[in-house]
Amino acid sequence: MNLHLGPSRQAAVNELFRRMLFLPPQSSTMASDLDHLHYFVISTTMAGATMVGLLALYWVFKYRARGEVTARSEPAPTSPPWFEWLLGAGLLGLFCLWWLIGYMQYVRLRVPPANSLDVYVTAKQWMWKFAYPDGQSSVASLYVPTGRPIRVLLTSRDVIHSFFVPDFRIKQDALPGRYTVAWFEVSQPGTHQVLCAEFCGSGHSIMRGQVVALDPADYARWLAAGSGEQVVGGLGEQPEPPLAQVGGPSLPGPATVEPASEEEFPRAQMVNLVRVGTQAAAQQGCLRCHTLDGTPHIGPTWAGMYLSRVPLATGETVVADEAYLTESMMDPTAKIHAGYAPVMPSYHGLLAAPETAAIVELIKSLRDVPGRTEPPAEPNPRAPAAPAGAIGRAYQPEPVLPLQQVTPPKPSPPAEQQGLPPPGLQPNPLPAGSIHITGPDGRRHTVPSAVPVPEATP
Amino acid sequence: MSAPAEVLSESQEEPDYLAVESGIWSWLNTRDHKRIGVMFLAAVTGMFLLGGVFALAVRTELLTPNRTIMDATTYDRMFTLHGVTMVWLFLVPSIPTSFGNFLLPLQLGARDLAFPKLNLMSFYTFVLGALITFGGMLAGGTDTGWTFYAPYADSTPTDVVPVIIGIFILGMSSIFSGINFIATTHLMRARGLRWRNMPLFVWTIYGTSVIMVLATPVLAMALALVGLDHALQLGIFDPAVGGDPVLFQHIFWFYSHPAVYIMILPGMGVISEVVTTFAHRRLSSYVAVAVSTLGIAFVGFLTWGHHMFVSGMSTFDAGVFGIMSMFVAIFSAIKVFTWTGTLYRGQIVVRTPLIYFFGFLFLFVFGGMTGVALATQSLDVHWTDTYFVVAHFHFIMVGGSVTAFLAAAHYWFPKMFGRLYNERFGMLAATAVFIGFVLTFFPQFLLGNMGMPRRYYAYPPRFQFLHVLSTGGAWLLAGAVLLALGNLLVALRWGRRSPANPWHSRGFEWLTPSPPPKHNFAATPVLDFSPYDYSMTEEEARERAASR
Repeated sequence: MNLHLGPSRQAAVNELFRRMLFLPPQSSTMASDLDHLHYFVISTTMAGATMVGLLALYWVFKYRARGEVTARSEPAPTSPPWFEWLLGAGLLGLFCLWWLIGYMQYVRLRVPPANSLDVYVTAKQWMWKFAYPDGQSSVASLYVPTGRPIRVLLTSRDVIHSFFVPDFRIKQDALPGRYTVAWFEVSQPGTHQVLCAEFCGSGHSIMRGQVVALDPADYARWLAAGSGEQVVGGLGEQPEPPLAQVGGPSLPGPATVEPASEEEFPRAQMVNLVRVGTQAAAQQGCLRCHTLDGTPHIGPTWAGMYLSRVPLATGETVVADEAYLTESMMDPTAKIHAGYAPVMPSYHGLLAAPETAAIVELIKSLRDVPGRTEPPAEPNPRAPAAPAGAIGRAYQPEPVLPLQQVTPPKPSPPAEQQGLPPPGLQPNPLPAGSIHITGPDGRRHTVPSAVPVPEATP
Repeated sequence: MSAPAEVLSESQEEPDYLAVESGIWSWLNTRDHKRIGVMFLAAVTGMFLLGGVFALAVRTELLTPNRTIMDATTYDRMFTLHGVTMVWLFLVPSIPTSFGNFLLPLQLGARDLAFPKLNLMSFYTFVLGALITFGGMLAGGTDTGWTFYAPYADSTPTDVVPVIIGIFILGMSSIFSGINFIATTHLMRARGLRWRNMPLFVWTIYGTSVIMVLATPVLAMALALVGLDHALQLGIFDPAVGGDPVLFQHIFWFYSHPAVYIMILPGMGVISEVVTTFAHRRLSSYVAVAVSTLGIAFVGFLTWGHHMFVSGMSTFDAGVFGIMSMFVAIFSAIKVFTWTGTLYRGQIVVRTPLIYFFGFLFLFVFGGMTGVALATQSLDVHWTDTYFVVAHFHFIMVGGSVTAFLAAAHYWFPKMFGRLYNERFGMLAATAVFIGFVLTFFPQFLLGNMGMPRRYYAYPPRFQFLHVLSTGGAWLLAGAVLLALGNLLVALRWGRRSPANPWHSRGFEWLTPSPPPKHNFAATPVLDFSPYDYSMTEEEARERAASR
C-alpha cells in the first residue's frame, strides 16, 4: 500500500499509521512489510464494521414504525441476487488476498536466510539463556551484530515458553524436547525487549530479556571479550553459570564443543535434535567413554547401537530401543552390556529432559554407521582415543575458542565490561570491516561482519 | 421417548407453569422444560456474576505495573477462575440450557423435550460439576489458565485435578442437553412443521447441539490425559519420557475452537429472532442463515490449528488452517448481511432487545473481522498470545454472546414470566453496556499491538495508560450489567402484566399465553407456515395454528 507515494511521504504515512495503532518501532527488516499488511487489514476491518453499523442505524431511522404496526405483503427483496453473490465473492476474494499475502510473509518469517548466524536459546522458568556457536553464552541479553540475519534455535528446559520481540514482530514457542527456529535481522544498533508470551508459571511476566544489536565491530569485540560478562535484565535474578560450564571445569574432557560446521551436517539436518545431541553428549562427557564411529572404548560405541540386540551381563539380550537407551542414561547399572564394566554414573538429574531426548536422537542417527561388532572380551579402559573420523573429529579436545588474537588487542571500554555497551553512542575504535583474526592454523582472516569461527584444520 | 402429545380440549384452561405447583420440591423435582430452563437461567446468571467479579479482580490488579491488590500466584488463579467460570460455567451452557430449554419445545409446537428426565439430570450434573470446580478452586486453585496447556499443567505446583474433574462432569451435562435438543428437533416437531420453516433459533440450537455432542468427548479426553499426567506423572505430554508437548494443544483446540461456535451460534439465533420481530418482516434470506449455521458447525472443526501458528507447526499446515479460517468468516459475514438487510423496508420498533442487536452487530462484525486479521498468518505471529487476542475473543464472547444473552433475557422475559420490564432503564443499561464494553476492550487491541502479552501479572510501565482505561471500562460495564439485571429482577415482582404477545411477533412461541401453561399449547398446533410471515395478522396466524 501507499506505493504511489514518494518515499518520504510513504514513510510519513507509515509513521502516522504506526503511531495511531500504537505499534512499537519497526526494528527488524521484516517489520515494516508486516505492518503494511496490518494497516490494510485493520483499516478494512474498521471501515467494514462502521459501515455495517451506520447502515443499520440509518435504516432503523428511515423505516421506523409510525403508529400501529400493520400486516402487509412482503416487502420487495433487499437487493438483486447478483448483488449478494458479488458481495460474498468480493469479500471472499478480499479474505483470500489477505491470506495469500499473509502466508507468503509467514513463509518468509519461518525460513531463515542461508547466511544466518546461529544462536541457541534455552528458555527455563524464568529466564532466557543464549549460547553462541563458539562457546560464548549470556543470560537475559542476546548480543547480535547488525546487518546480518540471526537464526535463533529455541528450546526449553521445562515448560513451553515463547520468545517474543515486539520490535521485530516475531514470536516463536520454545518447546521442551525439540528445537524450533525463528530469525530476524536488525539494521540499526539498539536494545529491544524480549518477552515471554506463553504462560509458564508465577514468574511468567518477569521472564524478560533484551536483544542488544551491536555494530559488527562492537560485536566482534564483545565476542573477543569472552563470555564472562553477563547482563542480567534488571529482575534481581542471579545468573546461572553459562551452559559452557555445566559439565564442570574439573572434567578433563571438553567442557564445550564447537558445533560441527555446515559441511558436516547438511542444512536440512541442522535444526534437528542430532546436532543438539552431539553438543550435549560432548558437554556431559559422554564422548569420553562412548565413540561415534565404532571404535571400542570404555563404553560401547554408539555406532549401530540403535535397535541392535545388546547382550547383557546376565546372559539375556535386550533391544536397544529408546526405552533402553534412556534407562541406561538414568540407571546405567540396571542392564549392563556384556563385556563392559559397570562404571558409568547415573545421569539422572544431570541431563535435562531435552538433552536426554537429543542424545537418544543422536544415537538413532548413528544406526547405519558400520562398526558395531561384538564387544571386546575384556573391558578395555585404556583404549586409545578414537581416530579422527568424520564425525568424531569435532569432539577432540581442542582449545576452547579459536579466537586467540584480535588485532589490535585493545582493552574493552569500561561500559562494555559492565555488559551494557551503549551501541552507537561511542566512537568506534575499530573501523568496521577490518577485524583481523588469527585462527589456530595461523592463517589470518578478515571478517567484515562477525561470526569468526575459522575452520580447524585437522 | 414420550408419547405424542395428547390433544387437550380447548375449553380446558390450564394454569401457567409458574402457578401450577408451588413449593421448593415442585421446582427441584420438576421435569417441565420451562422450569428447568428457569433454573438453568438462574444458575448461569449466578455464574456470570461470579465470573464478572473475578474479571474485576483481574482488571483492578492490572491498574499498576506491579502489585496492586494481590500477589502473582493469586493473580494467576484469579484469571484461571475467570476463564474457567466464564467459558464452562457460563458461555457454553448459557443460552442453550436456559433459553434453548425453555423455547425449543415452544418453537416446535411440542409439549416438552424428548427426554424430560435426562433434562433434569443435565441440570443436576451441571450443579455437581460447578460445585466440584469451585470446590477445587477454593481448596487449592489452579493457575494454568482455562487452556490447561501441557506440560505446564503437568508440573504446576497448584492442584489442577479437581478442576479438571469438575469440567469433565460439566461436559457430560453439555452432552446430555445436546442429545436432548437433537432428538427433540428431529422427533417432536408439530404437524406441518418442515425443516425449511423451523425458527432460526431452533436451527442454531440444533447446530450447537451437534457440535456439543461431537466435540465435548474430545475435550474430556484431553482433560483426562492432562489430569492423569499431573496426578500420576504418566508423561503423555512430557518429552523427557517420549511424550509430545504440542499434542495437548492439538487435542484441546480440536474441541475448544468448535466450542467458540457453541458459544456464539445460539447468540446468532437470538439475534435472528430479535431482528425479525422488531423489524416486523421476514428475514432477508432464511436459507442463508440456516445454511451458514450448518456451515459454521462443520468448517469450525477444521480450523483449530490457527491457535498454533507459532508452536512450530509446518508452514503447509499453517496455510491450510489459515484458509479454512477464512471460510468460517465468510459464513459469519453472510449472516451479518442478512440481519442488516432485514431492517430494510421493515416497520421497526425500537425496544431494548433491538439496542442489544445494534451492539451485537457492531461488536460482532469488528470482533469477527479481527478474527480474519488474526487468521492472516504473518500478522498472527505478532498478535498471538497478546492482548490483541484477548480483545478479539472478548469482542466475540462478550460483545457477541453476552450481548445476545442480555437481548434474549429482555426479549423473552415477558414470555417466561408474564411481566414487562421498564423500557427506559432497559435501554439505558443496553447503551451503557455497549459503551462500557468498547471502553474495556478497545484499548486491549492497542495493548496487543504494542506487544503486551496476555496473562501478565507485572508489566512494563509503558502499557499502564491503556490498562487504566480498560479497567475503568470494566467497572462501567459491570455497573451497566447490574443495572440491566436489576431492572429485570425488579420487573419479576413489580413489573406490569404482559399481554401474550407484547412485541407482535409471529414466532411460534408467542402463539401460547405468556407465561405458557404447563403443557405449552392447549391443543397441538399445526405449524405449516413460516414463523417470520408478517403478511398475516396475529389473529390469522393463531387461527391457522389452531386449524387441523
